[in-house]
Amino acid sequence: MRASEPSQRTRIPATRWNGDDPGQAGERASAPPFTSVPRASKDQTEQFFRSGHTNNWAVLVCTSRFWFNYRHVANTLSVYRSVKRLGIPDSHIVLMLADDMACNPRNPKPATVFSHKNMELNVYGDDVEVDYRSYEVTVENFLRVLTGRIPPSTPRSKRLLSDDRSNILIYMTGHGGNGFLKFQDSEEITNIELADAFEQMWQKRRYNELLFIIDTCQGASMYERFYSPNIMALASSQVGEDSLSHQPDPAIGVHLMDRYTFYVLEFLEEINPASQTNMNDLFQVCPKSLCVSTPGHRTDLFQRDPKNVLITDFFGSVRKVEITTETIRLQPDLGNMESRYKKEWMDEELMEPLKYAEQLPVAQIIHQDWSGHHRIFGIPGASKHFSVIMIPSNTLTFSEQSPLSWRASPQVEDHCRNQS
Amino acid sequence: MGLLSDPVRRRALARLVLRLNAPLWALPVAWLERTMRSVGLEVYTQSFSRKLPFPDETRERYMVAGTNVYGILRAPRAASTESLVLTVPCGPDSANSQAVGLLLALAAHFRGQIYWAKDIIFLVTEQDLLGTEAWLEAYHDTNVTGMQSSPLQGRAGAIQAALALELSSDVVTSLDVAVEGLNGQLPNLDLLNLFQTFCQKGGLLCTLQGKLQPQDWTSVDGPLQGLQTLLLMTLQQASGRPHGAHGLFLRYRVEALTIRGINSFRQYKYDLVAVGKALEGMFRKLNHLLERLHQSFFFYVLPALSRFVSIGLYMPAAGFLLLVLGLKALELWMQLHEAGAGPQEAGGASGPGPPLPPAQSVGLASLVAPLLISQAMGLALYVLPVLGQHVATQHFPVAEAEAVVLTLLAIYAAGLALPHSTHRVMSAQAPDRGWMALKLVALIYLALQLACVALTNFSLGFLLAATMVPAAALTHPCGPRPLYAALLVLTSPAATLLGCLFLWRELQEAPLSLAEGWQLFLAALAQGVLDHHTYGALLFPLLALGLYPCWLLFWNVLFWK
Repeated sequence: MRASEPSQRTRIPATRWNGDDPGQAGERASAPPFTSVPRASKDQTEQFFRSGHTNNWAVLVCTSRFWFNYRHVANTLSVYRSVKRLGIPDSHIVLMLADDMACNPRNPKPATVFSHKNMELNVYGDDVEVDYRSYEVTVENFLRVLTGRIPPSTPRSKRLLSDDRSNILIYMTGHGGNGFLKFQDSEEITNIELADAFEQMWQKRRYNELLFIIDTCQGASMYERFYSPNIMALASSQVGEDSLSHQPDPAIGVHLMDRYTFYVLEFLEEINPASQTNMNDLFQVCPKSLCVSTPGHRTDLFQRDPKNVLITDFFGSVRKVEITTETIRLQPDLGNMESRYKKEWMDEELMEPLKYAEQLPVAQIIHQDWSGHHRIFGIPGASKHFSVIMIPSNTLTFSEQSPLSWRASPQVEDHCRNQS
Repeated sequence: MGLLSDPVRRRALARLVLRLNAPLWALPVAWLERTMRSVGLEVYTQSFSRKLPFPDETRERYMVAGTNVYGILRAPRAASTESLVLTVPCGPDSANSQAVGLLLALAAHFRGQIYWAKDIIFLVTEQDLLGTEAWLEAYHDTNVTGMQSSPLQGRAGAIQAALALELSSDVVTSLDVAVEGLNGQLPNLDLLNLFQTFCQKGGLLCTLQGKLQPQDWTSVDGPLQGLQTLLLMTLQQASGRPHGAHGLFLRYRVEALTIRGINSFRQYKYDLVAVGKALEGMFRKLNHLLERLHQSFFFYVLPALSRFVSIGLYMPAAGFLLLVLGLKALELWMQLHEAGAGPQEAGGASGPGPPLPPAQSVGLASLVAPLLISQAMGLALYVLPVLGQHVATQHFPVAEAEAVVLTLLAIYAAGLALPHSTHRVMSAQAPDRGWMALKLVALIYLALQLACVALTNFSLGFLLAATMVPAAALTHPCGPRPLYAALLVLTSPAATLLGCLFLWRELQEAPLSLAEGWQLFLAALAQGVLDHHTYGALLFPLLALGLYPCWLLFWNVLFWK
């Protein structure tokens, strides 16, 4: 991977990625000249860029405490398990559990949370990272996580650092009613607040697409008020219905899971990162005969057709890699671009490249010593002088990632992120 | 009059027993301590002693002493802030040996589990309920009944719920549950529902008041059986006795039940494993609790194990009964007012209880005397029997218990002679209207008392209201005096007690003959006085100091000259 010139990289705007082939970096000085492409390649490229997201986040919330609400914690941990298995790392998951069931003195199997009777599946596992625990799970904290209005002292693991290319999965479970969800036995969040929070997220460009799943009684009331685009919502029961729990375990003495999430978990266990299963299959999970309540969903705010939306678009973190032997020229999808974005593009062109202040002239120092055994990798967008990272030759670089996602996600600037 | 009714013979026997230095019955304290320790509990003992007001038939001594043994199973992973209690009251007459065995077996089983979030206290008490009362008082650091007990060395946090066991055989055909507690207090209905759930789950036969659940509620039999169960519960609750160790826990707001194993002639028997499973299930469910039981009703009456009548449904009945008294009082007030004489204004505005200053109105003197004398009689009834038992035994060949009871009856009957003496004290001023004022005061006094009683112990209040209200309302000095007198005597508190005893045994399908009934009546009187002194039961003072004077006022009204 050869180093690219920084001056050309500075003007990559924050727009829909146009899929530049890195091999042609040198020629992309100004607005890329695109020609029309053959139809077969166009379909191929359409397939490749079916979704517009580049990273995945998950916010999983269990809002109820007390031992007899074991099933809510088991619900949340089941979704956590699936989401982690399909590739979303802990750093991209905000897990909020209102009570500690695994270490509750009433738990006959300490340090476990089971989701199936006869203790077939321990969803607590060996590495569970709970970000918001116990009394930290409040409506205020939840809304701050969503909107990003977080005090500066909050650790990174408690932040939702999403951008406009993030697909976010939000899963909520607990006790709810018509238009509200109960947090911690002392407060509630209403569907209007939630809809407003999502609108704030949209206006701040904190998500590309959002999948909202809720497993409570009368869950469908929570998504009635959404009015922001690109939201798909699923609920376990309609207004006026109760969501029921699945099965009690006589050894543990409580109900282990709710029906809807139980069948969703069963469904998700079949999914692997390469699955092509789409959202329509998820809508069919848990029909009334199994769930007793009627699950509902809402797709009118979503731009894509659900049958084109893969499960892994939200539940997994899948990198798109395709090896091609021929070069494909791609057409920008101007029709979907918002005018705002276009303006930004224009603005970007006129902007001066950013500069650092005085820096140690590391480049000169290095170039004096080195004979090329090491790769030199440049960070785009920094300045005329570019800061350089020494990477031993056998290390994988970030080359597989699309440069733009790397640039656009602010957390990537920190190369030594600890996974706490 | 038994062997021990002769005081000389009794003293001789007591000396003999003391010389032999053998207690009549004692708890094997050392063995219990050893066994509990081997199971793995923290074991502590507590000694207590109590001087009874008079020696009753079961213990036949003034001084009662004993030792309680209890073992605490600490919750493995929780702080010891809450606890549950499993208690077995043992005593000289109650054969509760099998229950101790079951308690130890359950302790051994519970010790091996790790899911306990509350400590469990396994308590074996001596002298039946006296030991339980001593333990509870020491645990909560109070002294309500004058017990002398050593302080407890080991504690386990606030008690959330308790279960008392009484088993006399190792196979049972059914389990009987008792809910009524001291002074008619009841545990939270959720605890009873818990018991009923586990009976159903385990397939056990469970009874309430000794009666099974009626299967068929549509025909007449079902509701009739329910009515019988309900009446039994009313009678037991009205007596205000703790019908089991659970009754003493309720005072400290610890929800408790007593479970009795009955071994009857049914063919299908359950062994202690089945009973133990039900108890284990109940304890596990109580372990899951995060708060005290408070969601369900505290005031209810039960026609069956799975049905209840809540306070909102039954309180209007008592309210209507007391309304009769209120309306009658209103009628008298109007009649007095029409006359326009002096006494009625003061008489109407006085209200119940404390006597008016005599200087205010002329006719008030006619009210003060009967009130004072009735209250004095009530006080005599309360205080004299226990105080005068030694004097009575010296002059009459009776035991102390019998002396107390007979003194009680004597004073009660002496009250009937009152009207002849009070008339001498009173001046003969406005005799016609005087009785109206007295009756007005008496009606209001009775209504207030019954209202207060009905709020705390509904069964007692309703029972007394149902018997006394018609007689009180009808009392009239003019009219057929013998008829009214008979009615009033039949509805006096003592006669009500006698009638209730007969009714109680009738409902239990073990009817009494007259002689047996009389003996039972005397025993009940003795027990009532004893319960008051040992546990703080309030039936005896209520009847003696509150209702008996009130009844005497009506008796005075009836015999107004």
